[in-house]
Amino acid sequence: MKKLDRKQMAARVAQDIPEGAYVNLGIGLPTLVADYLPKGREIILHSENGVLGIGPRPPMGEEDEDLINAGKEPVTLLAGGSYFHHADSFAMIRGRHLDFCVLGAFQVSSAGDLANWHTGTPDAIPAVGGAMDLAVGARQVLVMMEHLTKDGKSKLVERCSYPLTGARCVNRVYTDLAVIDVKADGLHLVEILADISFDELQRLNGVPLKYRAAV
Amino acid sequence: MINKFFPTPEAALADVPDSATVMIGGFGNAGMPAELIDCLIAQGATNLTVVNNNAGNADAGLAALIGAGRVRKIICSFPRQTDSWHFDRLYRSGKLELELVPQGTLAERIRAAGAGVGAFFTPTAFGTQLAEGKETREIAGRGHVLEYPIYADYALIKADRADRWGNLTYRKTARNFAPVMAAAAKCTVVQVRETVELGELDPETVVTPGIFVKRVIKLP
Repeated sequence: MKKLDRKQMAARVAQDIPEGAYVNLGIGLPTLVADYLPKGREIILHSENGVLGIGPRPPMGEEDEDLINAGKEPVTLLAGGSYFHHADSFAMIRGRHLDFCVLGAFQVSSAGDLANWHTGTPDAIPAVGGAMDLAVGARQVLVMMEHLTKDGKSKLVERCSYPLTGARCVNRVYTDLAVIDVKADGLHLVEILADISFDELQRLNGVPLKYRAAV
Repeated sequence: MINKFFPTPEAALADVPDSATVMIGGFGNAGMPAELIDCLIAQGATNLTVVNNNAGNADAGLAALIGAGRVRKIICSFPRQTDSWHFDRLYRSGKLELELVPQGTLAERIRAAGAGVGAFFTPTAFGTQLAEGKETREIAGRGHVLEYPIYADYALIKADRADRWGNLTYRKTARNFAPVMAAAAKCTVVQVRETVELGELDPETVVTPGIFVKRVIKLP
């Protein structure tokens, strides 16, 4: 089966971010989305550590250790960008001022519950960062993850087995196989991205998918 | 004459007692007051409660303070990193207590302490493990969790420029937790790159007014 690689997933998410949006990209896979935002759209990227208007990575040798993103990677600031302290930064998040956040996930339930911070195993060291604030705060929570675990289990589940990051907070899920919306009555297929039939996707998914062929 | 400039970091941290709660600014290396932390290690205060976003990286700064066994408890949002071995070792052996707080709740609990707010309700963490045992309330149709301020005896922060009244400006994302920590602690100690005369900082650009600052040390 042909499915999307990480870059293609990032490009697919980027397509859906509209002109003028304020967006927070989570650490890891979601950070890739920045590289694929359509040219000509003005989109303002936010990072939890206190910056709006993040630009591209600096060239080698021009990194500034005082200018980093939440993943602690060096970034640049666009003209029009701004700095602010942490409490203001999370006021933007919690106060519902961000249009979108894009987060990675271990699991998403059919009710839109998100699990992405802790495996819950006894020897794991828990770390949460800003994930719980983003989950409740962004107006649209987009999740970006591989559809299946390494051993072939669906990450879209009836009920999350990992500890929750937020309850009923996810709006849309982008995987390497499909785009799926979370609605009050369950999961709705938006688009199949892999070389796969609806029936096959439904079989892999484990949770019932609704699909309306044409609107 | 008010003069908050201290000659040395040793003088500025001499009175930190054992069992103090110490906020330490910085997010990763940006804004971390590395020289003040080194000085705190040399000063010897122990059994500390430390508030920081992380729990130290590699062997320097906060990681060294933890590695030296001076920290009893850490309040942070993201302790686990590929190079947080000092934290990992002491946490796993039960010698270091962890209070894990979502990052925005951490910032707001610090802010609340500095602003004299007794507690606040936040939607963050509602319905999760991190809200277990906490008071909750439905407000405007959403579940909220009651959170209390984090007060501190000392805040160790880094800023860019300061005058002798303790007015501060910062540099880029090195600002992060410093302004809220400065207000939350009884004694805020700042290391700065540059000290300037009164009036040289444009009052429109002062980020932390001097009322929140007790001691300033120039460490280029």
